Amino acid sequence: MSEYVIETVNLTKKYNGFTAVNNLNLRVQKGEVFGLLGPNGAGKTTTILMLLGLTDPTSGKVTVLGMDPTRQTLSVKSKVGYIPDTVGFYDELTARENLIYIAKLNGLSGPAAYQRIDEVLARVGLLDVGDQRVGTYSRGMRQRLGVADVLLKQPQLIIMDEPTQGLDPERAREFLKMIRSLKEEGITILLSSHLLHQVQIICDRVGLFHRGRMVLEGTVSELGRKVLGRAYRVFVEAQGDPPSILAALEKVPGQVGVIHLGGTRYQIEAESDIRPEVAKAVVQSGAGLLGLEVETQSLDEIYARYFEEVKHAEKG
Amino acid sequence: MPRRGKLSSPSIEREGSPWTGLWAVVAKEMADHMTSARMRILEVLIVLTAAGSVYAAMQVLRETVGEDPFLFLKLFTTAREPLPAFIGFLVFLVPLISIALTFDSINGEFNRRTLSRVLAQPIYRDALLMGKFLGAFFTLALVLTAIWLLIYGLGIVGLGLPPNTEEVARSLLFLVTTIFYGGIWLAVAMVFSIIFRQPATAALASIAVWLFFTVFWGILASLFAQILSPVQIGTLAEVVRQTQVQLALARFSPNTLYAESMIALLQPTVRSTGLLLPFQLEGAVLGAPLPLSQSVLIIWPQFTGLIAITILLFALSYVLFQRQEIRA
Repeated sequence: MSEYVIETVNLTKKYNGFTAVNNLNLRVQKGEVFGLLGPNGAGKTTTILMLLGLTDPTSGKVTVLGMDPTRQTLSVKSKVGYIPDTVGFYDELTARENLIYIAKLNGLSGPAAYQRIDEVLARVGLLDVGDQRVGTYSRGMRQRLGVADVLLKQPQLIIMDEPTQGLDPERAREFLKMIRSLKEEGITILLSSHLLHQVQIICDRVGLFHRGRMVLEGTVSELGRKVLGRAYRVFVEAQGDPPSILAALEKVPGQVGVIHLGGTRYQIEAESDIRPEVAKAVVQSGAGLLGLEVETQSLDEIYARYFEEVKHAEKG
Repeated sequence: MPRRGKLSSPSIEREGSPWTGLWAVVAKEMADHMTSARMRILEVLIVLTAAGSVYAAMQVLRETVGEDPFLFLKLFTTAREPLPAFIGFLVFLVPLISIALTFDSINGEFNRRTLSRVLAQPIYRDALLMGKFLGAFFTLALVLTAIWLLIYGLGIVGLGLPPNTEEVARSLLFLVTTIFYGGIWLAVAMVFSIIFRQPATAALASIAVWLFFTVFWGILASLFAQILSPVQIGTLAEVVRQTQVQLALARFSPNTLYAESMIALLQPTVRSTGLLLPFQLEGAVLGAPLPLSQSVLIIWPQFTGLIAITILLFALSYVLFQRQEIRA
């Protein structure tokens, strides 16, 4: 038994000669939110389907909650909730009827099932529209119904494929909040997305997919250090002689690059938050410190830089 | 202990029953069919044809009523111009209902994007496919049984006499045969619903197959028979052989199998579904009805053939569906 909720060893999937997933080694710990990132066609959905036992791997090993999804399919699927990228419901049925069907497929029936359905509908805020046909639902409501649907089986792991795709910013924010509250209940969450700033907000760790391989893995700051060589960026606004300020800033320990952005603005990249040192250096150089702010690394940038490098390497 | 290494070995043992969740799927499918507008239209259509053709048959029977011991069975087979007999309608209506029930069973789930969500529940694909088939099959059985009872009611009221035991037995067997004939078309439409992503294409393909067997297969059978066993000198043996080849070929069509079963069941005087030569009738009392067991014996190959085709087609859809990648 492993202590990981999800563990894959050299997982490979080939479709007619095309390798969708290539020697994937993925480990997700209990209680964490793990984000799968990568462009379309990088193998994220295929990986998810293999984790659920909906597609058989070509080779390699998958363990989900200590079980093998290709053999113990039913046990795995009764503990793992899956929200597909475009979650579909039977539009002609009401939300409640849709959930009754899923409850029955999970072996729940009778008063216990009805009570559970009321609970999950209340949980996602759809209780008062639960008897409306799903055809009348907005996209955000469907997405929430998707969450209600997986909560029915009281999952230990929820896998979401592109959960916030197509939601307006307000709905997306609400949805992320819901994901966080699920995490607080101790549910492990694996989500795939290419909306990086959202992934950055909620994911504990991320894995970057490229052509079926997981090319980077870690927390967002670890990735920043790996790809950009820095984790923090400090902006300084200082009045004084630019060359002397630049010289002073370059002496600050921990910096990895200083740029004069023009006027009174300077940018310092660093591996840690070096604001106190920067402030001290500016003041000691005799310049007037007008402002100081820090920007943590952005996943967008890491992503863009990584693929730029890949493209570059391919050309060269 | 889980085995390590390649998972592609063919001897993967699956946990649990493949039929987990089957009845949940069947119940949902039946509920869907019963409440769908499509089904209501078909129900109205079939009730109208049943009432119309049986009413017409009753008028004919009242005028010609004789000493026929199987008056009730005549309700199904008697036609009055311009309406065909009820069984004539059934040959068209049963495939139509069956195709309408299943032509969008799998691709409809794909297009609504519910397939991956349903298959992510603790059930196997087997249960979904079997549940969909059985749901449609039971719906069909229910509709046909209701019509059958309706005809019985009309018959008792209209003719003023109850059916005898043999008539009940024969018409019950006729009902069962009709349901299995429908089963074939359910399976045909289901196969196409797996192959084609567009429900309209699947419906069209199913209707094309039905048209092929209804209209063209008879012509092709006689054509092939002429090629395979030509009549060169014109001896009786040659003509008989050609006719037998033609019959054998025609029996590849489920329509032929169904029509032959239907006639033998509903017309007790029918002694063979094939060719009868005069010497074979030696000692027979012509026009005397056969007992039920003998009629069943005549159509036994046809009856098992109908069931076998249904099972084969379902097996085909099973194989196709198990191999299909579910990612949309």
